[in-house]
Amino acid sequence: MTALIPHSWLNALGIPPWIWDPLSISLHAAFEATVVVAVLGIALGYLLARGRFPGRGAVETAFSLPMALPPTVVGYYLLTRLGGPGPIRDLEVHLFGHPLTFTFDGIVVAQIVESFPYCLRYSRAAITVVDRRFEQAARAMGLSRWRVALLVTLPLARRGLVAGVAMGFGRALGDFGATMIVSGAVPMATTMPIALYNAVFYGSHEQAMILALVQVGVALSILLGVSRLGRVRPW
Amino acid sequence: MSALDVAVTRVIGDFDLDVAFSVESGVSVLFGPSGAGKTLTLSLIAGLLRPDTGTISINDVVVTDCARNVFVSTQKRRVGMVFQDGLLLPHRTVLDNVALAVRQARGRRTRRGIARTWLERVGAETLAERRPGSLSGGQRQRVALARSLAGDPAVLLLDEPLSALDASVRRELRRLIREVIVASGVPAVLVTHDAGEAEELGDVVIAYDRGRVTGQHLVERPLASGPELETPGEGETL
Repeated sequence: MTALIPHSWLNALGIPPWIWDPLSISLHAAFEATVVVAVLGIALGYLLARGRFPGRGAVETAFSLPMALPPTVVGYYLLTRLGGPGPIRDLEVHLFGHPLTFTFDGIVVAQIVESFPYCLRYSRAAITVVDRRFEQAARAMGLSRWRVALLVTLPLARRGLVAGVAMGFGRALGDFGATMIVSGAVPMATTMPIALYNAVFYGSHEQAMILALVQVGVALSILLGVSRLGRVRPW
Repeated sequence: MSALDVAVTRVIGDFDLDVAFSVESGVSVLFGPSGAGKTLTLSLIAGLLRPDTGTISINDVVVTDCARNVFVSTQKRRVGMVFQDGLLLPHRTVLDNVALAVRQARGRRTRRGIARTWLERVGAETLAERRPGSLSGGQRQRVALARSLAGDPAVLLLDEPLSALDASVRRELRRLIREVIVASGVPAVLVTHDAGEAEELGDVVIAYDRGRVTGQHLVERPLASGPELETPGEGETL
């Protein structure tokens, strides 16, 4: 990721690698995690809001569990499930060529698990409050259930969906506990929160202050972006 | 051949619907007090709800038959619906709302062309690029009428389409609705609790009370009233 922008350019801009490297890893991992979380979270949120099947409550509770657990517990389970010997580790090696623990991909997995509940719950709530009569009107117009979902329900729920995806992105970007345990804080998998922790731990208070300020700036940018996106008319 | 045959029962809580009637061409009005089961009947015809027992046929094609477990989904029934408050999709333009209902043609341009034609027929062509939120109640119902007919429906269902409007707008739209429906040749079932509206709009009035059909009569109309479809000018848009 850091190779996307040469260090010489960053130096010319006055951005040192100890800021850019963890920032780029954080943004990259959070972006990848958010793409997965947005697609799966909105799809499952739709099913929970509009589907009729037994055990809906149990499904929502199960997928929401990481929200209530300490992130270190989530990280512990991920470390032992992803990193321990067994079929899951074999599958990782088959798919990625290596185990996911202590790698960038491991961070993405940890962030998906941590941020998924936020996107799911926001999406379900946003879709639940869409007036069903608009969907009935659309069905009477001859639209299939798929087209009703894509052309009516999701656009009408867009503000809640955007908020859910943004919350998921923010949660992924800010995750510390699960990411720390799964990544082991190796240099190629050091995110901004871990870099901040390292700076504090090693007594680099000036670096810690700057890293914290950068994260505040990123968080504010996300919130402002969400606010603008929520006002945009849908497709 | 009947355009619509209905013989259904449905129990919801304490309410018990048990009705049977047939609809030929023209406008049939389901008339009765609130809570008589008129809107429930429309929902059953549209396939938005399932009856407990009975059958529904549209153009002699069975779309619901509880005994044989036949239930054709709403989107395949070829019904057009006008709801009390229009229910235009608020995130789409008027033209998009109508074009989305055009199912007999493929291609965006063709569908939008058909949609424009129907907007002209109801005198709403100048509203094409506006959002439903900026329309008056009368304008919304004009667009809803265009949308319901743009999909070439086998039967048109109108659920108290005028009840949310001012008296003056209601009078104006009554004339338009009757003209447009009769000119389109699509059999229609209209629900109302307004006796004047029932007589003015209907060819047949089917009286409802407490979930039962209590009577049916033809409305006498002078022969000269066979409507020619007019396209109101811009100044007439409500």
